[in-house]
Amino acid sequence: MTPPVLSVRNLVVAIPSRAGVSRPVNNISYDIAQGEILGVVGESGAGKSMAGNAVIGLLDRPAHIASGEVWLNGRRIDNLGPEELRRIRGRQIGMVFQDPLTSLNPLLRIGDQLTETIREHLPMTAAQARDRAVAALEEVGIPAAAERLNSYPHEFSGGMRQRVVIALALCAEPSLVIADEPTTALDVSVQAQIIALLKRLCRDRGTAVMLVTHDMGVIAEAADRVAVMYAGRLAELGPVRSVINTPRHPYADGLMGAMPSLAVGQRRLRQIPGAMPRPMNIPSGCAFSPRCPRAADKCRIDPPPTLGDDPKGRAACWFPMEHPA
Amino acid sequence: MTAFVEVTRLGRSFDVSKPWLNRVIERLPRRRLVAVSDVSFQIEEGAVYALVGESGSGKSTIGRMLAGLMTPSEGAVRVAGSDLHADSGARKTARIQMIFQDPYASLNPRWRVRRIICEPMVVTGGETEGLAERLLEQVGLSAEDADKFPHEFSGGQRQRICIARALAANPRLIICDEPTSALDVSVQAQVLNLMSDLRDELGLTYMFISHDLTVVRHMADRIGVLYLGRLMEEATPAQLFTRPRHPYTQMLLAAAPLIDGRTRDIDLPRGEVPDPISPPPGCAFNPRCPFAVELCRKQRPELRDVDGVRVACHLAEQIGTPPAP
Repeated sequence: MTPPVLSVRNLVVAIPSRAGVSRPVNNISYDIAQGEILGVVGESGAGKSMAGNAVIGLLDRPAHIASGEVWLNGRRIDNLGPEELRRIRGRQIGMVFQDPLTSLNPLLRIGDQLTETIREHLPMTAAQARDRAVAALEEVGIPAAAERLNSYPHEFSGGMRQRVVIALALCAEPSLVIADEPTTALDVSVQAQIIALLKRLCRDRGTAVMLVTHDMGVIAEAADRVAVMYAGRLAELGPVRSVINTPRHPYADGLMGAMPSLAVGQRRLRQIPGAMPRPMNIPSGCAFSPRCPRAADKCRIDPPPTLGDDPKGRAACWFPMEHPA
Repeated sequence: MTAFVEVTRLGRSFDVSKPWLNRVIERLPRRRLVAVSDVSFQIEEGAVYALVGESGSGKSTIGRMLAGLMTPSEGAVRVAGSDLHADSGARKTARIQMIFQDPYASLNPRWRVRRIICEPMVVTGGETEGLAERLLEQVGLSAEDADKFPHEFSGGQRQRICIARALAANPRLIICDEPTSALDVSVQAQVLNLMSDLRDELGLTYMFISHDLTVVRHMADRIGVLYLGRLMEEATPAQLFTRPRHPYTQMLLAAAPLIDGRTRDIDLPRGEVPDPISPPPGCAFNPRCPFAVELCRKQRPELRDVDGVRVACHLAEQIGTPPAP
């Protein structure tokens, strides 16, 4: 078995402040294999973006990795200096962010942005880099790619811009792509195109993808496995179909019940009472216990088993839900 | 019997020309953006009418004209029998309120919740004693919250305050413009359930604007599908989701990610929404339509009845519908 492209072990991100230390990412472990798409889903404040940014060393001060390890292709990267990390970003890890307009430089032609990235990471002449940029744009489905090199970002539509961003993320052939809400700013019809594109490119090249989103629909369409985050911790991790159809963690179950698409014909949606706790006052024991219909005394005292240590474990819960076959 | 809300041949265009000096020097013509064009529909009292569409389809513009916040360029809106824009007293008797998308932007941060909620009643000159407390409890908050400021609440709670404010003046029609798009799924479920309950208790009529097909399917009694400011299809959720008639509706349904536990192979949507300043001649959807014939490029189809569904497509009878998803 080939080792995973990305391996995160017991990662903790801490933000110290005057009121104390908050941990927006608390002890999470997961692997992403070659050619696999791991969906990371959660509501706002669950720490999903922070988990992605920690991997690529893009945490804003004072947030920092307090403990845990990040391994990329068998090399530990969480303790590297800023210069070494910069070389890894783009070359080995590509990034796609939510808003395609802000992730492109509005003052540079997209051809210049692509060739700059390519020459930064690969030993190429300007002409070679230009050919490669054209090939990259053609691959993401931009018509008349050679002419569009001279266009500025504002001359593209939203969907086309996100294609450019994907071309930019993939042009140095990274082994891992972190896509943070890549389709949230786009319309449904364009969203379907972008998801299909991301899936095709990663399958063809064997790129591993960490797809961070709040949209369970996108996860269901694109991901192989899904990690459900709640209050900085992994609540459930498993194959996407199993988690959707037979969720084991009560939070994952509540989340599925709250989706209008799964409640066709029902008068009311199932709702989870209350709201996600703030990172400064996460309840002791299981973070979900105050909202959990199955919570017992044990849940309020002992933190549930951590996911990832046991490869068979799916839900971080003392009393996971059983689903009769 | 006449419907509660009657919208006839509604149209709205915006002047997006450059300043007159530029037009004179650069010899540019005036440019008009047609946001809404020839839209007619009716809403029965106590019903939920939903408008769905992608960005730029004119759904919010229609909502604003229905609320009286914008005057139509063509056509008329009649609410409870009187013309909203011609008759100056009509807006008061119609008792229309609105709920907006962003609960962070639609509450005055310097006002206490009590003042925010009572404002519609103060304007109409009614009794406000105890009003805020009663309404807060009705929307699932507590009476003590009346003395707090908006920043002390989460997104879902703020949207509840917006709903309480909308209820203050005893409305008959509430226009909800993407009321849950800024909320997380579990909070969205809470707000949608609350809206359904209030409709049953108070006999409200909702005009529901959304881009999310799953939410619309859950909430609406009748759905209008908009594309480039034109009504393409209007049907009940059952009709629309089991047998979409218009090729655009078919494309939207195929593109929307479904959490049905199946992997689907779909024909990806072609192209993107065209520029509304220069829409294609004939049917607005013809450049992206897989069935388009010569007639579609020349003549704009009228909205007409086909088996109890209103469709604006020349080929509505011939087009085979794909098997229900």
